Amino acid sequence: MASEPLAEPQSHAAHHPALAHQFDSMDQQKESSTLGMWVFLVTEIMFFGVLFLTYSIYRTQYPEAFLLASNSLNVLLGGINTAVLIGSSLTMVLAIWAAQVNWRKGIVIFLLATMGLGTTFLVIKGFEYHDKFVEHHVPGPTFHFEVEHPSHHLQTLAAKDPQLEKHASIYFSLYFIMTGIHALHMIIGIGILAVLVVLSWKGKYDAAYHNPLEMTGLYWHFVDIVWIFLFPLLYLLGAHAR
Amino acid sequence: MAEHVTSRKVYFLVFAALMVLTVATWLVAQIDLGWANDVVALGIAVTKATLVLLFFMHVRHSTRMTVLTAVSGFFWLAILFGLTIADYASRGQILPFVPGK
Repeated sequence: MASEPLAEPQSHAAHHPALAHQFDSMDQQKESSTLGMWVFLVTEIMFFGVLFLTYSIYRTQYPEAFLLASNSLNVLLGGINTAVLIGSSLTMVLAIWAAQVNWRKGIVIFLLATMGLGTTFLVIKGFEYHDKFVEHHVPGPTFHFEVEHPSHHLQTLAAKDPQLEKHASIYFSLYFIMTGIHALHMIIGIGILAVLVVLSWKGKYDAAYHNPLEMTGLYWHFVDIVWIFLFPLLYLLGAHAR
Repeated sequence: MAEHVTSRKVYFLVFAALMVLTVATWLVAQIDLGWANDVVALGIAVTKATLVLLFFMHVRHSTRMTVLTAVSGFFWLAILFGLTIADYASRGQILPFVPGK
């Protein structure tokens, strides 16, 4: 192809450099991106939804094992992580706000803060995983589960399920799959944020165009929503019987 | 540009509400309410998710097409849960349940 530019129709004469030629306007371009991102998020809803459904069925079948296994998790670390993740959603939305008010340095600051909080979450999660490995709570050949410091009430609960250890391993399988896939989503999100930091630093985003920030925000907040459900369902179901 | 710019104050208020609800879900979990524990926990989680959707994900200012797409995701999720749980809840009620058949 010749490098000579084609003659542009007059209506395309003066537009924002980020406006792709197939769109009539910036609004139309943004609407297209948003719709596409939401279609992807719908597939993500179904993807995580199946795991939540599996959890619901097994928990209904083995309520005692799920309650007792849940009590072995560190609620404090899980709670701190919930706060960290909600904080990262705040900084993410503030990065978009910074773009909307044309504060380019602010975009970089808030994106870096979001990455930092996301990394904090993963580090805390790593410590929790480490504890589970040490306690032999990872399903597999070395899996072992028994109720720690059993009170009379907890012993009564444990006695109701003759295959407690086997059923507790189902809980821990779901725990590792659900939190693991959630963590994988965060690692991917942090990677995307790193690219956005570089592009924001180069001044690619302003009030008129910041679609990649907005789309990454949708993804990041969705991952936050998944955790909002994981926290009570995995960490808090047995708190009243502790 | 038609894009709506939400003030920072709104975002900080939503963040505060999410934190308060997180503490609330932890507090309620300490009390034994029987089956109501799950109802309260899920109720709070749905409220938090709705706040994130409406404010952080800007669904409040999205077009109807986008809202419809988002709602359809949760609608299909409800079908998935509804039919599967109906199956598990009704097994053995009409004909005796024989494992392996």
